[in-house]
Amino acid sequence: MQTLDSLTAKVVPIEAGAHVIGAAFLGDVPALALGDGGVLIRAGAQAPPRRVEAHPEGSILVAASDGGRLVTGGDDGHVVRVGPDGSTETIADEKGRWIDALVARPDGALAWSAGKAARARDAKGRVATFDAPSSVRGLGFAPKGYRLVVAHYNGASLWFPSTEAKPDLLEWKGSHLDATWAPSGRFVVTTMQENGLHGWTLPGREHMRMSGYPAKTRSVSWSHDGLWLATSGADALIVWPFQGERGPMGKAPRECGVRRAKVTRVAFHPGALIVAAGYEDGCILLCRLTDASELLVRPEEPEAGAVTALAWDAAGLRMLFGTAEGAAGLLTLPVG
Amino acid sequence: MADKLPVTVLTGYLGAGKTTLLNRILTEPHGMKFAVIVNEFGEIGIDNELVVGADEEVFEMNNGCICCTVRGDLIRIIEGLMKRKGKFDAIIVETTGLADPAPVAQTFFVDQDVAAKTRLDAVVTVADAKWLIDRLKDAPEAKNQIAFADVILLNKTDLVTPDELAEVEGRIRAINPYAKLHKTQRAEVDIAQVLGRNAFDLDRILEIEPHFLESDESDHAHDHHGHSHDHGDHAHGHHDHGPGHHDHAAGDHIEKDAHGRTVHRHGGVKHYHDEEMQSVAVRHPGDVDPEKFMPWINELTQAEGPNILRSKGILAFKGEDRRFVFQGVHMILDGDLQREWRPEETRESKLVFIGRHLDEARLREGFLACAA
Repeated sequence: MQTLDSLTAKVVPIEAGAHVIGAAFLGDVPALALGDGGVLIRAGAQAPPRRVEAHPEGSILVAASDGGRLVTGGDDGHVVRVGPDGSTETIADEKGRWIDALVARPDGALAWSAGKAARARDAKGRVATFDAPSSVRGLGFAPKGYRLVVAHYNGASLWFPSTEAKPDLLEWKGSHLDATWAPSGRFVVTTMQENGLHGWTLPGREHMRMSGYPAKTRSVSWSHDGLWLATSGADALIVWPFQGERGPMGKAPRECGVRRAKVTRVAFHPGALIVAAGYEDGCILLCRLTDASELLVRPEEPEAGAVTALAWDAAGLRMLFGTAEGAAGLLTLPVG
Repeated sequence: MADKLPVTVLTGYLGAGKTTLLNRILTEPHGMKFAVIVNEFGEIGIDNELVVGADEEVFEMNNGCICCTVRGDLIRIIEGLMKRKGKFDAIIVETTGLADPAPVAQTFFVDQDVAAKTRLDAVVTVADAKWLIDRLKDAPEAKNQIAFADVILLNKTDLVTPDELAEVEGRIRAINPYAKLHKTQRAEVDIAQVLGRNAFDLDRILEIEPHFLESDESDHAHDHHGHSHDHGDHAHGHHDHGPGHHDHAAGDHIEKDAHGRTVHRHGGVKHYHDEEMQSVAVRHPGDVDPEKFMPWINELTQAEGPNILRSKGILAFKGEDRRFVFQGVHMILDGDLQREWRPEETRESKLVFIGRHLDEARLREGFLACAA
């Protein structure tokens, strides 16, 4: 095996202290959502990170960023928005029901689910509800317009929250977990209970099956140009091509970062065909799609647990990560 | 393996005393912390810090196996609970009175992420001594829960006469002679009889003889042996009465009950035959050929999986010094070579099935054809 070029010296460790649920940059400020209900905000490089009790009575289950603020959903039923200054705002209270899915986008719109109820809140604060046929597991915003894909049992629904129209059901047998809408708007993709992904072309509704994974895919990320979808769930990063009208159908995915451990998180760089891959043994690699070259960000460290969160800043100069056992760190790429 | 969280599934028909047992488990001074998954959110009177409401969403796996159902909500809840790992030591899943235990149990074998972090310890069924017989007639769920159980609490015994109690015990044993049965009032039972059973652990499937002659006292004596990992030195003389409950010693009474069904009296407990749900035990006094047995058991559980609720076996494979042990839930089988046969043990091969409309003659014939 070739010696990996290493970026490990460019990583500053952060002691998170609890299962890291999500990572984001709030503007320039790195923030981590934690399983013990707290949010860590690292406002300056020198000062210790500031801890905000976003869910004082509970645990954070899901987190999403709108670019400027971190939104968290907890087992206390609360949806909370945390600003880079540590301010918190309770957006919703589902009366103790777990918040299972959450998405946010830069205009301030967000959506969450609790049980069968999917709720969308537009930038003006108007909330709409869609009662799905079964518990909602995943949500994704369409790239344009106020529309959502909602993953549930036996399919996904396409929902316009601002209209009374019945959501459009895309059927496929089985339990659909996470949902994502391609930046091109032409595909929706779900991850599934049965170790694979399912997709539909839009508006043609042709099925796309992406299978062959040894474990469930629970993390997906689109490339900045929207032409590639990186996925977790295998002993390598699996990246599907979405260039043509039929997406990856009839094409083989790219594989890189092949290791003896499963990929648990993926995050495409915001401006280059480089993917960050986090593994179940705590290792993190950067993989360049064009030549499959690899850079080591973090060596394996099984006692730190699986990598559970990865996020790039908007400029693509820094990357934040966290693990199941409460380790975290901030990578700053060398300039030039 | 050792740090997998144990999961106890609590079933029982409405009003049998599940919540009483649950609260008893939670309030005993055992120093353990539990995450409790209940079937309705906000259920009153559960004395625990961490209570999670579940929707009991039963999903078919999209793998062509119709009885391969799982509890989708349970997968999601356990995934969420793992994010606060360390805050509890064990999980208790309470199901509704109408629930089939199989999808709950199967969740712990089918979902890789759940199986990696938790292990199913036992299915515990609470039955109402006064009403169980009626429920067995009119509620298929009640029968499933008895058939599926590893541990049965026959509760509210103070509300029935000794004769009625013997009757209901006989009915239970007609369906499931293998579960540990405890007769209780107000679900009063030693918690060690309910938790830490390792009922699905292959290393702990030590013997698969029916229990219908056992009293609570002999249960206890047996269990104290069962907790050690050296099981070689105690004989189960009280178990020794033939290959299954369909074979009875010549001295048994035979009588008919009010419905014309055959009733045997055996050691004070009435023996019934349940028309729908039975257990079948088959034994071969020697080795079986794994080349024949493995295809047979796989095909059998594929074809008959919907009807076979539980299966267990201890087998002597030809040319193999170790015992092959397996257990199954519907179509899902889990088997492994276990310890060596001891010199004082007779190499023999035994299987038990609990299920619906089992064709005993065919099972016996199929199994005996695997003899080496």
